[in-house]
Amino acid sequence: MTSKQRYEPVIGLEVHAQLLTDSKIFCGCRSAYGGVANAQTCPVCLGLPGALPVLNRRAVEYATRTILAVGGRVNPLSIFARKNYFYPDLPKGYQISQYDRPLGAGGTIAITEDGNGISIGLIRIHVEEDAGKSFHPENAGDEDTTLVDMNRCGVPLIEIVSRPDIRSPRQAGLYLTRLRQILEYLEVCSGNMEEGALRCDANVSVRPVGESAFGTRTEVKNMNSIRGVERALAFEIERQTRLLQSGGTVVQETLLWDEKAQTAHPMRSKEESSDYRYFPEPDLLPLRIAPEWIESVRASLPEMPEARARRLVQQYGITTYDASVLTDTRALAEYYEATVRHFADGKKAANWIMTEVLRVIKERGIGIGDFPVKPEALAELLGMVEAGTISGKMAKDIFERMVASGQRASEIVKSEGLEQLSDDGVLIAVIDAVIADNPGQLAKYKAGRAQLLGFFVGETMKRTQGRANPQRVNELLRERLGAPGG
Amino acid sequence: MIGPPTHWSVAQTVDRIRRGVVSALEVTEAHLARIESRQHLNAFISTTPDEARTTAASIDAARAGGESLGPLAGVPIAIKDNILVSGVPCTCGSRILRGWMPPYEATVTERLRRAGAVIVGKANCDEFAMGSSTENSAYGPSRNPHDPTRIPGGSSGGSAVAVADFQSMAALGSDTGGSVRQPAGHCGIVGLKPTYGAVSRWGLVAFASSLDQIGVFGRTVADTKSVFDVIRGHDPHDSTSMLLPPERPIPERLTVGMPRECFGDGLDADVRTAVKGAADALRQAGHSIVEVSLPHSQYTIAAYYIICTAEASSNLARYDGVKYGHRTDTVDDLFSMYRRTRAEGFGAEVKRRILLGTYVLSAGYYEAYYGTAQKVRARIAGDFARAFETVDCLLTPTSPTVAFRLGEKVDDPLAMYLSDIYTTSINLAGLPGVSVPCGTSSAGLPIGAQIIGRPFEEHIILATAEVIERTTSLVGKQGA
Repeated sequence: MTSKQRYEPVIGLEVHAQLLTDSKIFCGCRSAYGGVANAQTCPVCLGLPGALPVLNRRAVEYATRTILAVGGRVNPLSIFARKNYFYPDLPKGYQISQYDRPLGAGGTIAITEDGNGISIGLIRIHVEEDAGKSFHPENAGDEDTTLVDMNRCGVPLIEIVSRPDIRSPRQAGLYLTRLRQILEYLEVCSGNMEEGALRCDANVSVRPVGESAFGTRTEVKNMNSIRGVERALAFEIERQTRLLQSGGTVVQETLLWDEKAQTAHPMRSKEESSDYRYFPEPDLLPLRIAPEWIESVRASLPEMPEARARRLVQQYGITTYDASVLTDTRALAEYYEATVRHFADGKKAANWIMTEVLRVIKERGIGIGDFPVKPEALAELLGMVEAGTISGKMAKDIFERMVASGQRASEIVKSEGLEQLSDDGVLIAVIDAVIADNPGQLAKYKAGRAQLLGFFVGETMKRTQGRANPQRVNELLRERLGAPGG
Repeated sequence: MIGPPTHWSVAQTVDRIRRGVVSALEVTEAHLARIESRQHLNAFISTTPDEARTTAASIDAARAGGESLGPLAGVPIAIKDNILVSGVPCTCGSRILRGWMPPYEATVTERLRRAGAVIVGKANCDEFAMGSSTENSAYGPSRNPHDPTRIPGGSSGGSAVAVADFQSMAALGSDTGGSVRQPAGHCGIVGLKPTYGAVSRWGLVAFASSLDQIGVFGRTVADTKSVFDVIRGHDPHDSTSMLLPPERPIPERLTVGMPRECFGDGLDADVRTAVKGAADALRQAGHSIVEVSLPHSQYTIAAYYIICTAEASSNLARYDGVKYGHRTDTVDDLFSMYRRTRAEGFGAEVKRRILLGTYVLSAGYYEAYYGTAQKVRARIAGDFARAFETVDCLLTPTSPTVAFRLGEKVDDPLAMYLSDIYTTSINLAGLPGVSVPCGTSSAGLPIGAQIIGRPFEEHIILATAEVIERTTSLVGKQGA
């Protein structure tokens, strides 16, 4: 073969999402992130001899919500299984997971790439428990020291396994973004990849374009951001393509992504365990789910992002683009709609939120939930602009102070006397003083330099510290100065 | 003359403590003294004399204060050392757990304490309840009180010895394939293995989770029942524990089935005679005996050893030296630490079963072994369900032979496994079974008869056992 063959990637993703239940999946321990190491543990999640798991109903409800939201089927009978392997983070020596009878099957995640809708199929969604965490502290004095924190043991997870329908790192990124958005809307997962609340492993292979059979795949692990996933996939696709183009063969193995070095390297073979010896978990009864229960969960599903965006366009007359930005997270959409409840102009509210609010959030690296200006307060500010109480320019300054202090706009305006000056008597006195103090400019204006009107407006605004109503200042100045050249 | 407190029944003891004929402390002291003087039988891995005295004293104080006493007030009880008692070391008969102090309590022991029982110690057992002779204990074998050169049976051998030898009035054991019934038979006492799910497993160290059930030893059916009544019932800590259904009235005329497969080759002549005698006793009491068939019996041992070893290999994975129990002194890296810890901590039988279990679950063999065993298990359960369409309960021998000699079968695991041939199928089917003494061999060794019932019909098998007990009781006949 002389010409280099072209290859396309085939990607399937396995995503682990941590469910936002208050307690763990098989015991009553708190499942919150962080906390003093090993403080959130009990005989069950530590796997002490004699302890038995009892399934958390809420975890099943959250998993069911997710399955229904992506159009999957909830199996009326699913079975928990033991996945056996040795690891210091895994106190029982096995993980309770689901194997051949998972809770959910099928469903799709819809993504949009360059305006084209693409549907990524799902194979399964199953429920399982998380393992603990090992730390290798660098300054423990002993380089072999390993510390284990079992707080995460037993935190409920769902694993969402896609079909190998993804064809580029970018699509993988869009899929993850979409999935994270759906989980956020369902309020079942925080989506925080740095805290490990959303973790992704990728199966990737390449094949000659036009070929329908899959090539040998590798599994890439250890990516902790969506960009990391995209970079790791790009790296691995490039590696496999070069290997095949140079006449080599891909070896099926598990690779760990090294974000610092931007490379993936094979896991040490010792860490790889291929035979999990699954068998049904005898300590838990098969999970039977009544159809009525499934329907009650379905009825409680929130409006999902696409539907909400369509409704916002219709209801508030905003553009499709604006609607897609404002529905990016459920919390942002709630924020927008709460604002509009108190300030009727949906377009103005949308503009303000998309420019000012999102800018501050981005600068501060916070979520909308932590944004100090609540929707009613923002609506009040917008209402004051609308009523002419303050100018649009003044509003931006006041907004910054609201963000900094948490005060209401009306409080700031009142305590600092920032109301717009619209009283003609006050304005005329200022204008006359400005004219009297600038005879040279007045003469030039009279001589025909019409653009000097702006100078007089500026001086007037300065002397009122920006409080003068600029529109009225313009009108009054024209009256007092008369026509230029006249 | 009422004899020493060690030889009283549970009902007599509670009654006498209530009436003030005797104090709980006196009853406890009598048993502690007996334990002290009978150490050569090695019934206990650890004893708890101080806690026992404290508990007994508090019962006496409660009585003096006019408080009502629980149904087991002052009854000295031994707990198999694979059931957790908070603050008392739990070894499971293994080196790997030597010195491990459980930070929590089993549901059964909590219920016993609430009923006023006095825990006198942790009874010896085969390591992790794996064995039929209590020779696989890292703390030495227990000995049969009827003949100390013989095994007491296993794996709850220490519990059986404690009760048969009057060191405790009753005891808890665990029964995964016969480990309560078989030693009860060999020691001449009553041993009840309840329906799977009738008693909480919370705090029972797992051997094979789908088969394990906590059971009760007593010297009489009535004693056994009084302890069972306290520990039974649903527990929110155990998803497999059940709400008990309403009890079916005990039929005046019982129909008792004798499975022909249990009376074929390999059954000792003395045992056959004694069990047939038990059948005669039932007949004479007006009950009818019919022959039934359990056609899949021949596959029981094979299916049982696949399932129990598979689950054991998983349940025992947690003993890795990371968080508790024994850890090797020589550590190179994580995996060598696991390997050496387990090599040093586990005995031969446990290792054998872990290897077997790992093999039968491994990729490529799962369907051939584990999958097939599960199908056989369903067939065996089906055999019983069909039999119970026509009979109220079944009568079989508990074991094919009387207690064998120490060391006789340790090098022949298959021969050892066959001593559970009549008991394991009951665990596979999740049914209740009780062993009741029904006679002695020509050498004077106890023989047990097993009564098997429908799910949650412990009251019916106990009533049946009581009929046999009335004619063939060994109570008072064993070594003084």
